[in-house]
Amino acid sequence: MVLQTLPAAVVVIGLILYTLLAGADFGAGVWQLSAGGGAHGRRIRDHCHHANAPVWEANHVWLILVITVLWTAYPTVFGAVFSTLAIPIFLAALGIILRGMSYALQNAANARQRRYIDVSFAAASIMTPYMLGSVIGAIASGHVPPGNALGAEVASWTGGTSILAGFLAVVTGAFLAAVFLAADAHRLREPDLVESFRSRALLAGLVAGGLAVGGLFVVRADSPRLFDGLTSGWGLVPVVVSGVAGLVAMGLVVVRRFTAARIAAALAVAAVIVGWAVAQRPYLLPTTVTIEDAAANDTTLIALIVSLAVGAVVLFPSLALLFRLTLTGSFDPTTQGPPAVPGGTVSRERRKHAAQTAIGFLITGVVLLTIAEPTVAHIFGLIFLLIAMLAGFRAVGPTELAARPAEPVAGRSLRDLLRRPW
Amino acid sequence: MTELLAQDYLLEARQMQALSFVVHIPLVCFGIAFPALVLFVEWRYLRTGDEMYRTLARRWSKVMVALFAAGVVTGTILSFELGLLWPNFTATFGEVFGLGFAIEGFSFFLEAIFIGIYVYGWDRLAPRTHFYAGLPIVVAGVVGSFMVIAVNGWMNHPKGFTYENGQVVESNAAKALFANSYFWHEFVHMYVAGFIVTGFLVAAAYATYALRGRWGRYERTAFAVPMTAAAVASPVQLLVGDWVAREVAKNQPVKLAAMEGLGQTTKGAALHIFGWYQNGDVIWGLGIPKLLSLLAFHDINSTVQGLDVVPLEDQPPVNVVRYAFQSMVFAGSFMALVAVLFLYLRWRRGGLPVSPWFYRAVVLCGPLSVIALLAGWITTEVGRQPWVVYEVMRTEEAVTGASGIPVGYGVLAAVYLALVIAVGWVLVRLARVPMAEPPDDQIDAVHPLSQAR
Repeated sequence: MVLQTLPAAVVVIGLILYTLLAGADFGAGVWQLSAGGGAHGRRIRDHCHHANAPVWEANHVWLILVITVLWTAYPTVFGAVFSTLAIPIFLAALGIILRGMSYALQNAANARQRRYIDVSFAAASIMTPYMLGSVIGAIASGHVPPGNALGAEVASWTGGTSILAGFLAVVTGAFLAAVFLAADAHRLREPDLVESFRSRALLAGLVAGGLAVGGLFVVRADSPRLFDGLTSGWGLVPVVVSGVAGLVAMGLVVVRRFTAARIAAALAVAAVIVGWAVAQRPYLLPTTVTIEDAAANDTTLIALIVSLAVGAVVLFPSLALLFRLTLTGSFDPTTQGPPAVPGGTVSRERRKHAAQTAIGFLITGVVLLTIAEPTVAHIFGLIFLLIAMLAGFRAVGPTELAARPAEPVAGRSLRDLLRRPW
Repeated sequence: MTELLAQDYLLEARQMQALSFVVHIPLVCFGIAFPALVLFVEWRYLRTGDEMYRTLARRWSKVMVALFAAGVVTGTILSFELGLLWPNFTATFGEVFGLGFAIEGFSFFLEAIFIGIYVYGWDRLAPRTHFYAGLPIVVAGVVGSFMVIAVNGWMNHPKGFTYENGQVVESNAAKALFANSYFWHEFVHMYVAGFIVTGFLVAAAYATYALRGRWGRYERTAFAVPMTAAAVASPVQLLVGDWVAREVAKNQPVKLAAMEGLGQTTKGAALHIFGWYQNGDVIWGLGIPKLLSLLAFHDINSTVQGLDVVPLEDQPPVNVVRYAFQSMVFAGSFMALVAVLFLYLRWRRGGLPVSPWFYRAVVLCGPLSVIALLAGWITTEVGRQPWVVYEVMRTEEAVTGASGIPVGYGVLAAVYLALVIAVGWVLVRLARVPMAEPPDDQIDAVHPLSQAR
């Protein structure tokens, strides 16, 4: 049972981190859209972009992790969700393409072009979280039956709970983004930006809080089972935690304690997802498929959990490094140039030796890979060819080659191809 | 779970999947090979202190991050499509192959993290630290592509599970993916291809500078580094490709028969170039006696299995596979020829080529390398048809029961067209930024926030 449940816990953790991190990236898009024209609007948009650009790809990958764990550990649930909810998932995917495209374009655009890019970015930033939220709402309210596309194509994700979850995803993202960006502006000592994002955080926090409280009534009408789960037993704990943390976060924003507000705001949002997971247990698809029904066989689950554990050992220190560099301002604009490198001399050329190595390994590689039959010979042949390529690269010495004075590229006849040196 | 839902648009679903691959796979090549080239140039900077190398590495890293962004989103689409288009494939076999993608997810994570650190850390990190921050990108690129190709190898040579009545009753994911010897040739072939595609595309861009007379040391370096990578990789790829074909002959004889248009099982089979496959024969083709037997089994009198070993409904579309295969071989051979010419000139005259014809050929090799890459994947993927999991699950059993595939296909095609145009525009813009300053300084100069810079 523990074995079957562990991947589900990883999915929930992944979703929480995706909501907190990528959700805030989406939220920044909302603020870019509403920034308005003029110099101040441009400063707001730039601030959003500078804060996100180094981290958005890493934040996005949490979604990939959730999907891959889902299809490995609970393949039938994945198939059911992605076939019945194909429309909102496809629309979310389109938003993801637009967002990635905006980041790619932003690198090269001038100020006027960036306005257009920002609009498409912001549109995507609303569509993607809304659609993903509505997918969660559809699952939570029991609109996804098992099987290949057996649920309603449209009605499954346009119920009250889905619409609520969609809006909640957009608004909480905007709230998180405003709090995070206010903290960043504080670090950058940009007082006008701090004030702008502080008031945005308060506004979004009010809307998100209202939506969450009002939403409970929607859930009660639309999905009584989910409502019971959220308002009784263990489900009540995260709901209360979320409410309290949300209020604390608002208070901290009011008194301008942004670093602490970040944590409280994150907790408030994370608790909502935990609440959903607790309310829905033990079902993955209420009320037809439980975790145990859907879980893959034990061998696969063990292999998956071991891989996740090993991956986590590598992943978390790397993520910590990225966020430490981001939050300590290592990617902030600077007036200093790059740190200087003491000039050294190029090591003695050993290109002739490299050429001999390359030819030797190439010939041996051909014999082992192409002429010999046994698999072992093929393995060595490939290794030899790899060495031959590396030695060949060294033998050509592209940087030394380019450093020589060059003849201009000229001549008409094909015979010039093999012309002797000047 | 195996109820077969009527899906009128199977072909459109396959085309939509193919389109998504066509856009994504060239970007994968840049993920595999470009970080290594950028780091090589930065390493030259660390060794010599020559600012020119730093400028070049930095400008390339801008290109790298733009292409990575496009790769991230197109890769996400592919993972979505495993559910949106082929839910029954994933629902049935997710527990067998899914592990490969889960591990790939982690390497993707590391790639995204360190690409962020690398690209945005130029100004603040110590030079050596910055260089080291780039190394995980290279490693993660290798691991990620390894995992994805392990899954593809499994689809072509499914092992490590028991399948009864449309359900997997027992499976061992680790054994299915990694004890499966079949994917090694795909991986090696693709990895070498990564360097050829990246090398020739980047070299082609700078070859156009050479042809327009912009040929300073900066341009020559930017040309020589990727050109050298492609030049050492292209000839080796012919050897690797020959090995791959022998592996396919051994494990997927029907695919080999489709690649060669061999209708009947033949002793001492001939190899046909060009022509058209019809009713079990290649007509109008140029036949070379016994060559196929020689290439496939190193014996001119060996027997090569023909398409007739399986019923007609289990045969892949022969002409698509065959022409894709021949396009790959011809494009690859031309590139190898250009590569050998480059190496010869380096050896005999000790400098860069001077003839414009050489640079025109390199410009041609840019798109040719992409054609060879895509043709190669068409060969292996269409050659696997009509199976999604070779000889276990047919593609029509895997497809979604949802409606609206043509709409999704049309929308995705439009969005991807915009994406390709956007990426092209970004690359042109980045190339036009004046040399004196790094690209983003020039662009950000108009923004008050960045004036502190």
